[in-house]
Amino acid sequence: MATIIFFAPLIGALICGFGWRFIGERAAQIVATAMVFLAAFLSWVIFLTFDGETSRIILLRWIESGSFAAEWAIRLDRLTAIMLVVINTVSALVHLYSFGYMAHDDNWKAGEHYKARFFAYLSFFTFAMLTLVTADNLVQMFFGWEGVGVASYLLIGFYYRKPSANAAAIKAFVVNRVGDFGFSLGMFTLFIMTDSIHFDVIFGAAPALAGTTFNFLGWEFNAANLIAVFLFIGAMGKSAQLFLHTWLPDAMEGPTPVSALIHAATMVTAGVFLVCRMSPLMEYAPEAMAFVTFIGATTAFFAATVGLVQNDIKRVIAYSTCSQLGFMFVAAGVGAYSAAMFHLFTHAFFKALLFLGAGSVIHAMHHEQDMRNYGGLRKHIPMTFWAMMIGTLAITGVGIPLTHIGFAGFLSKDAVIESAFVGSQYAFILLVLSAFMTSFYSWRLMFMTFFGKPRWGGHGADSHGHGQDDHGHHAHEPHESPKIMLIPLAVLGVGAVFSGMLWYNVFFGKEEAVRDWFGMEVAALHEAGAEEGHAATAEPAATTTTKGAVTDQAATTTEAPVTEVQTAETASGKFVQHTVQAGPAPKGALLMLPYSPEEQAAVEARIGFVPGDGAHAPVNPLAAAHEVPKWVKVSPFVAMVLGFLLAYLFYIRRPDLPGKLAAQQRPLYLFLLNKWYFDQIYDALFIRPAIWLARFLWKKGDGVVIDGTINGVAMGIVPLLTRALNRAQSGYIFTYAFAMVIGIAILVTWATLSGGGE
Amino acid sequence: MTTVGLEHYLTVAAALFVIGIFGIFLNRKNVIVILMSIELMLLAVNINLVAFSMHLNDLVGQVFTMFVLTVAAAEAAIGLAILVVFFRTRGSIDVEDANVMKG
Repeated sequence: MATIIFFAPLIGALICGFGWRFIGERAAQIVATAMVFLAAFLSWVIFLTFDGETSRIILLRWIESGSFAAEWAIRLDRLTAIMLVVINTVSALVHLYSFGYMAHDDNWKAGEHYKARFFAYLSFFTFAMLTLVTADNLVQMFFGWEGVGVASYLLIGFYYRKPSANAAAIKAFVVNRVGDFGFSLGMFTLFIMTDSIHFDVIFGAAPALAGTTFNFLGWEFNAANLIAVFLFIGAMGKSAQLFLHTWLPDAMEGPTPVSALIHAATMVTAGVFLVCRMSPLMEYAPEAMAFVTFIGATTAFFAATVGLVQNDIKRVIAYSTCSQLGFMFVAAGVGAYSAAMFHLFTHAFFKALLFLGAGSVIHAMHHEQDMRNYGGLRKHIPMTFWAMMIGTLAITGVGIPLTHIGFAGFLSKDAVIESAFVGSQYAFILLVLSAFMTSFYSWRLMFMTFFGKPRWGGHGADSHGHGQDDHGHHAHEPHESPKIMLIPLAVLGVGAVFSGMLWYNVFFGKEEAVRDWFGMEVAALHEAGAEEGHAATAEPAATTTTKGAVTDQAATTTEAPVTEVQTAETASGKFVQHTVQAGPAPKGALLMLPYSPEEQAAVEARIGFVPGDGAHAPVNPLAAAHEVPKWVKVSPFVAMVLGFLLAYLFYIRRPDLPGKLAAQQRPLYLFLLNKWYFDQIYDALFIRPAIWLARFLWKKGDGVVIDGTINGVAMGIVPLLTRALNRAQSGYIFTYAFAMVIGIAILVTWATLSGGGE
Repeated sequence: MTTVGLEHYLTVAAALFVIGIFGIFLNRKNVIVILMSIELMLLAVNINLVAFSMHLNDLVGQVFTMFVLTVAAAEAAIGLAILVVFFRTRGSIDVEDANVMKG
């Protein structure tokens, strides 16, 4: 069944992409969509019947070279099952939605075929994403990782006649390369250290890695931390985290269904998936985890602030996505991986819903995306309005505080924030502020789009004021989207309402339930005492050298479990591999280690845990997150309400206030409007020097050195030699004979002097 | 009175060979002289072969001499034939006139 899920989108993509000339464009679209629907249906079957036991299906022995072996396999565990559902469901609905959205497009001339290509790309993306999440080893994962990058590139640049779309596509690709470089380095380091790229081996070796150091660029790093940070840099690129986030807002140049599928629900969550997948390694890399938390929290805050002032409807949602990804990383960073996956799961529903809703609005407004030209659309496109309303309620986290009843975002976001409180004060504060801003900009979007006076043409265009956007379409009435676009909205709406409540218990409920759901060992719970912390589990295995003669028997001394493991270059220039021996991999899809004694004390102090009265001290982030004070649990709700009230005040009661505030706080406003000047800084820091260097190499390196050399040789030296040789050709036989005799004389002399031919 | 040894033969052969060489590229007049010089060099080689054959008591050297003589005869015949044809076309057998290959 997993095999069918895996290959159905690929077959759909191939038939649709290459076969549409034979079976017709419409038939090709239907085939691709049907294939993904089949995959989606089977994914739900797997998701609902899965027992938590990790299984492997080997499809192909892919690469074998020496000790390196990579199979093409499907690793089926709970994480994969969750991702399968998310990817295939959203993908199937987006395929369906695209029938309506892509039906007419002003970017193409009449008679041009673009739909089959679009559907083929979507299906190909789905296949690449499935490769990523079903991967059994890092190389296969990297293949999927790059595959989704390619699909993303193709789809962002789908309107290839628009220069801005091409630029955005290239930007996305290039920025992602930066992250991929980190991913590759992580992969290489893992291979050097463990001699394998299989997850099971890596996970088994994680405790030993935590006890070894690795020499990178002359510094000694803890191997586990170094690898975790490298892999996280890859995740930062794909998931648009701070410093590598700049491509995501630009990626909105692509068609809206693409934004919903790739840049909201699936591909950008690949980074979160990676961190969760590598949780058995991450658990042994506390510094890397702190880094993840820090970046996640900062991104959440940063993106939320920028989202406050954007005017393009898709960009608002894009920054919202960026911010929510930050939430997920915080959850993963503090060790509550299940909370991160929970937010990923619910976020896929409500963010896809918001994007598809926004697409429906854009469709209704004839491809106008500036919210300043919307207003009062509630009555014109009621279905879209309700869909967007559900999405907004879900993302802002509406629910009944202190219960488990609420929209999807309420449960998952609260889970994240509670985990953050346990793990990091910094992250907690930033996340609550972000939740407040999330609520504000989401409602701002709703109010500007659906409420107030219409600001589009025809009806009172007095407040319009933006002439450059005013192309002839504004005379048309907004129209509700066709049914084929509304059905996906309805399905996602159901998900956005119920997915949180239905699966709260297994993602973030009682620890036994979560452990059972993810197939983790229950035994780990019992042996987890405060005295057995990281130190005990981090007992390093013996470190052997494969080629060298030295075998370091580590861990004979208890206080120093650090063995010298370096890659030294020998005289022959080959690396001596120091391989860390792997123990058995931990069971299940995730790993949650108990706290070390210091962490335990810190956490108990933070959550105000009172020992005694038979209560067990929480020993891991998941358990501790349930013990947080009431005010912490209520805080996101309060932030949400405040955000709503502020948005209501600004955009319904006193629409003049935002302008005044912007005028009063002009530097701040401009700072936010220009996205913290990240693009400008990068422009000055990287792009201009790169262009300068390229220009230098072009003018000096290529123009002067290379061309100069070739021209000099061709026009100066060669004719000179020609003339000299020309003169040597006298034409007299005795000259040639003389040359021969001289040549023989020289050869004989040389042969004699150099040892007589011995 | 010393017996004639290997050194004497070799000296004569070397002298003949050098005379042959100089005959080729000091001669600016006649192509026939060049042919004769080549013959002279071949004979020098023959003397070497026979001398070493005697010295080493090995008949192979003399057998080789027979071959070389045969080849030299053939070469002289062909060379003279070419000369005849050359004279018919150019009307001269002067070495100085044979410079078609001048670059």
